[in-house]
Amino acid sequence: MHFLTSNAPFIAPQNSIQKMMLWVLLALLPGIITMIWQFGYGVIFNIIICITTAVAAEALMLYLRGRPILPFVSDLSAVVTGILLALALPTLAPWWLPFIGALIAIVIAKHLYGGLGYNPFNPAMVAFAVLMVSFPKSMTVWLLPYSLLPAGSHFSDVVSIVFQQLPNKEVIDAITAATPLDEMKTQLGLNQTVDEIRSASIFAEWAGQGWQSVSIAFLLGGILLLFKKIISWHIPVGLLSGLFAISFLFYLFEPGLTPSPIFHLLGGGAILGAFFIATDPVTAATTTKGRFIFGFLIGVLTYVIRTWGGYPEGIAFAVILINMAVPLIDHYTQPRVYGHK
Amino acid sequence: MKLWRFNGGLPSLAEHKNGSVNLLIEMAPVPSQLIYPLRQHIGNAATPLVEVGEQVLRGQKIADAQGLISAPIHAASSGTVSSIAEHLIPHPSGFSAPSISIKTDGLDNEAAYTPCTDFRQLSVAELLAIIREAGIVGLGGAAFPTAIKLDNQSKSRRIHTLILNGAECEPYISCDDRLLKERADRVIEGVEILLHMLGAERAILAIEDNVPATFNSVQAAIVKKNNPLISAAQVPTIYPTGGEKQLIQTLTGKEVPSGGIPADIGIVSINVGTVHAVQQAVIEGKPLTSRIITVTGEGVTTPRNLEVRIGTPISMLIETCNGYTQLAERLIMGGPMMGFALLNDEIPVVKATNCILVASKHEAITEKQAMPCIRCGLCASACPVSLLPQQLYWFSKSEQLEKAEKINLFDCIECGCCDVVCPSHIPLVQHFRYAKSALKVKNHEKHLSDVARERFEAREARLARDKAERAEKSLKKKAALKNKPAKEEIDAAISRAKAKKLNQSDYES
Repeated sequence: MHFLTSNAPFIAPQNSIQKMMLWVLLALLPGIITMIWQFGYGVIFNIIICITTAVAAEALMLYLRGRPILPFVSDLSAVVTGILLALALPTLAPWWLPFIGALIAIVIAKHLYGGLGYNPFNPAMVAFAVLMVSFPKSMTVWLLPYSLLPAGSHFSDVVSIVFQQLPNKEVIDAITAATPLDEMKTQLGLNQTVDEIRSASIFAEWAGQGWQSVSIAFLLGGILLLFKKIISWHIPVGLLSGLFAISFLFYLFEPGLTPSPIFHLLGGGAILGAFFIATDPVTAATTTKGRFIFGFLIGVLTYVIRTWGGYPEGIAFAVILINMAVPLIDHYTQPRVYGHK
Repeated sequence: MKLWRFNGGLPSLAEHKNGSVNLLIEMAPVPSQLIYPLRQHIGNAATPLVEVGEQVLRGQKIADAQGLISAPIHAASSGTVSSIAEHLIPHPSGFSAPSISIKTDGLDNEAAYTPCTDFRQLSVAELLAIIREAGIVGLGGAAFPTAIKLDNQSKSRRIHTLILNGAECEPYISCDDRLLKERADRVIEGVEILLHMLGAERAILAIEDNVPATFNSVQAAIVKKNNPLISAAQVPTIYPTGGEKQLIQTLTGKEVPSGGIPADIGIVSINVGTVHAVQQAVIEGKPLTSRIITVTGEGVTTPRNLEVRIGTPISMLIETCNGYTQLAERLIMGGPMMGFALLNDEIPVVKATNCILVASKHEAITEKQAMPCIRCGLCASACPVSLLPQQLYWFSKSEQLEKAEKINLFDCIECGCCDVVCPSHIPLVQHFRYAKSALKVKNHEKHLSDVARERFEAREARLARDKAERAEKSLKKKAALKNKPAKEEIDAAISRAKAKKLNQSDYES
């Protein structure tokens, strides 16, 4: 009897990109739900616009590049990119902001570099950075957390802001606020002490009202990813310990003028960045040692940007900058191979 | 006993062990035909000692070792040599090679053997000769002639540890496990022979911790022999813990140097099936003519552990297992991780064959839809030799073979772990096999061109030297001419000529 031949190993693969992305999406759920609860429907608009645009752009680019559309769209990587961008955008962003952002992420940051697996920079963060630089005003309009919203503010207000039928300025002022990081940076610049600043209502016991709950929810999802071995601990632990180390150092010297390490860890996008953004395998370092260094450097750089840079939040810029260092990190952190000294 | 952990590996494969572990060893019947490829071991092919039409007995040597690294071959049953010609051999590329075919007569007449009552009376050289003559090679799959491995004289350093490999890490295979369950006494006696030969301080028999019954049977055999040098160890069931290098690391914490052999660190590692063959050769005087083979998979009606005469065509084994099922999709020799698929079942089993896996579609994937590498690094985490498969893949794919070699491509043991964990379903090992063979060809060509260049340069140098010598000679001649005596000679010649001329003019006038 005759048989066809093929090559070992014959055991079926135990993993797939789609499976990994599904776990990432699942792990994002607690954070997303908490965000919607704390910051309202704007989050949903962002997510819907980002995913739709990202997937459509992905399909279009695959078509233009003559690649098979179905296997690549169904790997869900565009959906993850879209959601990560959506979660980084302000909750009252006008509709065209997530739309343009998702286009930049997929078309420029991903496909112009060769598509899945070939992009050197994190697509969601590239989009975020471009939006931040190009539309600084729109990028800072955050809805107040649910607990601080004045009575009588409505879903319709959010819708009208997102779709640019602007209500009167008083409404906007009443329901929006700067992010805790932003507020901290601005007020420190006005020579306030940390304690004075943190007495404002938008701050809570650890970080910002609402923000700290969102961070903790993302942390839970991140732990799920670690547990399911979708990501390894090196990047998140590296990033958070880098951020903690440098903020603790400065906190020791100037406790009154420097926010606490906990504020840095929970006050902005550090947790989301550590577990979901910096861990993007395509753009991260590949060796285990290299991954820890990669994460650590992002953590340190995030602090540097937050403290001395022009922007209140530094995750996106730090990720992009350290993305550039990946070949160097990989080169110097190769593991010792069995049987070699 | 303290154990060490090698990098990565696949603990999940332990679940793939199937029912064949519980099946007793049965004797496979004498097939109507036996086929012996002359090269079924590492080294030179054996030279036939028989001619077509000749009668042979079971245990008769039909081909002899050629050179040091080689092994003789013995007939596994009595009959007539029917041909010595090319036949399909077990090879991933479906090659044919010179083979001896025997038409069996069903009588199974045996040659006379010389048993030995006390192996301790024999010298190491005598024991080595017995093992070599018995045609014993590594039965774990590598088929390296065992006598060479055991020859202590050729070792650069003393052997202190003997490792017996009973850690059958590939899914489906259960031949070593059955051997240890049913014939542990023989194996332990074989270990004593090896200890006697090597003068090692200890022998460790490694068994995976998912087969405690086997461990108990080995322990009982060790207790019976009451030899304090021999111990049994349970090692974690993580593929590829039965790989020689990984097992050495697990048991001793030491690593075989890259490009070296275990003897370089004072260790010899031998498969338990080989030890059994050694015991049979030394104590019973029997050459290696049969071995235990697991025939399994959803493609075969009744999976079995069979004691098979080496040379039996696979089709006969399948018949013994009541034929193929509807599901038979791939015919694999060896395990599903490192085995290879065969073209047809006329191919015989050889000394290195430990398993025939007739796999169904879901047991053996036939085609993978590869996606781009997303650099997730799962391959590096799974690599038992700590390579960076994703980097190797990048360099292999882009034909930057020297770079791949530089990041230790040749340390890859082709275990397939990276392939199985890759979320992009990239056939990584296939790329590495290609890169290795391309590099070998390239290095060989480089060697040839180096030799050619050296020759050319030597020739050029010789020609230049000749030329220089000639130039020197003529220079010397010229210089000699300029010397005084020469000048006088010339002057004399000139005056002679002048005189001659004068005389001539005299005549003219």
